[in-house]
Amino acid sequence: MLTKNNEKLYNFLVPILSIVLGFIFGAILMLFFGYNPILAYQAMFNGVLANPFFFGEAMRQATVLTFTGLGFAIAFKAGFFNIGVAGQVLVGWVTSIWVALAFPDLPRILLLTLSLTAALLVGAVWAGIAGVLRAYFGTNEVIVTIMLNYIALYLTNYLIRNVISTGGNTTERVGPNASLRVDWLTQLTQGSRLNAGLFIAIIVVALYWVFMTQTTAGFEVRAVGLNRFASTYAGMSAPRNIILSMFLSGALAGLGGAIHGLGTFGNIFTQSGLPGVGFNGIAVALLGLGNPVGIFFSAILFGVLDVGSGFLPNRAGVPDEMAEIVIAAIIFFVGANYLIRFLFEKVKTKKTATEGGE
Amino acid sequence: MSETNKVIEMKGITKKFGNFKANDNIHLDLKKGEIHALLGENGAGKSTLMNILSGLLEPTEGEIWVNGEKVSISSPDVANQLGIGMVHQHFMLVDKFTVTENIILGKEKHKFGFMDQATSQKDVKELSDQYGLRVDPKARISDISVGMQQRAEILKTLYRGADILIFDEPTGVLTPQEIEELMEIMNALVKEGKSIILITHKLDEIKKVADRCTVIRRGKSIDTVDVATTSQQELADMMVGRSVSFKVDKKPADPKEPVLEIKNLTVKEARGYDAVKAIDLDVKAGEILGIAGVDGNGQSELIQAITGLTKVDSGSIKLDGKDITNKKPRKITETGLGHIPEDRQRYGLVLQMKLEENMSLQTYYQKPFSNHGFLNHKEIKEHAKQLIEEFDVRTSSEENTASSLSGGNQQKAIIAREIYRNPALLIAAQPTRGLDVGAIEYIHKRLIEQRDHGKGVLLMSYELDEVMNVSDRIAVMYDGNIIAIVNADETNEKELGLLMAGVPLEKAHEQVTETEGKERETVANEK
Ligand SMILES: Nc1ncnc2c1ncn2[C@@H]1O[C@H](COP(=O)(O)OP(=O)(O)OP(=O)(O)O)[C@@H](O)[C@H]1O
Ligand SMILES: [Mg+2]
Repeated sequence: MLTKNNEKLYNFLVPILSIVLGFIFGAILMLFFGYNPILAYQAMFNGVLANPFFFGEAMRQATVLTFTGLGFAIAFKAGFFNIGVAGQVLVGWVTSIWVALAFPDLPRILLLTLSLTAALLVGAVWAGIAGVLRAYFGTNEVIVTIMLNYIALYLTNYLIRNVISTGGNTTERVGPNASLRVDWLTQLTQGSRLNAGLFIAIIVVALYWVFMTQTTAGFEVRAVGLNRFASTYAGMSAPRNIILSMFLSGALAGLGGAIHGLGTFGNIFTQSGLPGVGFNGIAVALLGLGNPVGIFFSAILFGVLDVGSGFLPNRAGVPDEMAEIVIAAIIFFVGANYLIRFLFEKVKTKKTATEGGE
Repeated sequence: MSETNKVIEMKGITKKFGNFKANDNIHLDLKKGEIHALLGENGAGKSTLMNILSGLLEPTEGEIWVNGEKVSISSPDVANQLGIGMVHQHFMLVDKFTVTENIILGKEKHKFGFMDQATSQKDVKELSDQYGLRVDPKARISDISVGMQQRAEILKTLYRGADILIFDEPTGVLTPQEIEELMEIMNALVKEGKSIILITHKLDEIKKVADRCTVIRRGKSIDTVDVATTSQQELADMMVGRSVSFKVDKKPADPKEPVLEIKNLTVKEARGYDAVKAIDLDVKAGEILGIAGVDGNGQSELIQAITGLTKVDSGSIKLDGKDITNKKPRKITETGLGHIPEDRQRYGLVLQMKLEENMSLQTYYQKPFSNHGFLNHKEIKEHAKQLIEEFDVRTSSEENTASSLSGGNQQKAIIAREIYRNPALLIAAQPTRGLDVGAIEYIHKRLIEQRDHGKGVLLMSYELDEVMNVSDRIAVMYDGNIIAIVNADETNEKELGLLMAGVPLEKAHEQVTETEGKERETVANEK
């Protein structure tokens, strides 16, 4: 309902404003409890940005968040709230390790391709279950994906204990053949776990953009997400597109899990809860407003926050718990930019927007 | 200074969207106790002007005076305080609330911190009695007719103390009887000292109730005239800027073999009862078949079944000789169907997508709009530009979202898309709803052109004039049945009216010839 230029400016302003508000709110919290927010934020950003190792770690985290963010976004475009990204990450992760350990002697290219593909497929199927249930039986995807999350969690732990390792809580490490680490990146970032997943993420960002804006399939996903009735009228199949978008969503999340496995950790260990990257991916996607480049940058911001919060206790005297609350508050505001958009709209409607017709 | 009997004066109002001027130095004044019509083509800027008056938009330039005082209407609340209320075409009511709850929303009366339902209901009752606005204060919005919803909307503005009421295309959604009632209500309102601005495309409505009429064209005010001394033709010509013909010019039809063959078709309604009851119907190539009937007699379900949007319960449908019973919409479209849907915003457009994307909504996957699954944006754009040009869809750019178009232009965009595909059968449901007379003339011409090119056209409309003027044959639907099919040039409004009320053809025919005979007699006797 806005003119083109306004819309662009506005799409840019909203996330920026959410970030600023998040930081202000975090600062107020710290002030309230008697800590120095300026010192804290300085510690956080200096800590990450001035040190190659920590910067590498932040980028590594951003890599995985890019996948989970894009994964959430693609389903969201089709009108689907995939809260199951975390579970899909987990099944991708365990699959990649399992495959890598099962065929340790394959050549590197082959083994990596095989592991990544397997993880991608398993993630896709895992999310696809919710898609099929929604498309054909109308079940609520939020509830189904939450349940699938728990199934993923316990199934993974079971597999680790009983199938992939022999009774332990940790699997063996995958061989160098299955590792995504590359020497020059490790050296450049002074031994961080930053890996080739970063390049895959950048490629996927580009592919996502191509899919959404340049292909007929992306056109359908967008149309179905915006108006189910008009899409059906136009001959698109709503069920097919729901399943497709969920499939792609899970594929991206599964791939993210594999990069966690083969890049970050090199193994998998029993989990007490679902991976946070899954849930933070939702905030990343909402902050990026579904734009792939926006998602990439918001993933970097989240990576920096994640790693940077580690500096608060030592360098700014902000205790661990407080640091986590501050980060959570920032994430809340950032993720709640929908809310900010809404408030913004209320103030602006009378000025820029009009009803489309009579 | 301004005369005291002017309750509203809008002076030199300009509103820009980007570089596009939707309103360009418009003048409008409203006298106390008058009904003032606002007439203009689709996209002329009527809704924009009224949104400015009701505080939804801020003007780029210009002054507004209310009761002789200069004001700045920065929000709907301010408009409210100034006694200005707007009845939107798409009602702003909460479905799950009762009529009373909707009316008092935001102005609730309290008693010891509890909402005082009883008093509120009494207030609403009194108000509705005062103005003759029949509503059931306790009924839920979702359970009442569109007409009653509109009355609730009117009461809502009155409850907030509005003295100046703005109606934006209020009759588009109403049945003929409801339109009559609305006209009476408006007359009652001005008797009580209210003043009304009425936006409508229907000239007979203007003639019937309005005192003066302001005409705007492409954002500029053209003139304000006294309705009593201006003919409909003059109004139409002034609005369009050329001479408009109300008569539909057409040669006799030259029907060929049927393009649509419906046999024994039964369609169930959402709640499970039969909405279409075992009907047979043919549409031939080279003819326009009109479907007349009072809203809710199965017309919508019939169309949904042909287009594949609803399941067929039993019977068969053939399009261009091929069976399309219960086929998917895409398959049916490809077999040769075009469909201008009744509900344009729900089915016809993806409002948030660009206009150009909407123009290829059914064809994006075909050449030249895409190649091996990749969209060809250049072709999509070219195609959209061509349609916009040819069908005179008014917009500043094909890249605007469909939602930014005026209501009538949204409709024109859909019609353009559907006619341009040149389908063997074109289904047009209420195709000219919300269109200005110039656009209606053009659309009718295009429908007839389709026919003359040997295509079939199925025209569904609740407006008898339209059905009678454009169709070659007319099928009347009543209670899920087609109770008669008559030739358009052998029937008249009276006969159709009786048929639509369920009177069988022979009886209707008898009654009509009888009354006509009597009329002739009385005329003869008077002489
Ligand atoms: N937010 C917007 N951005 C860009 N253009 C707009 C916007 N709102 C309205 N317009 C344009 O302003 C013009 C006037 O629109 P308006 O809705 O006032 O027309 P109208 O006279 O009410 O037409 P109709 O009879 O079809 O309802 C149209 O060309 C429309 O496309
Ligand atoms: Mg309008």
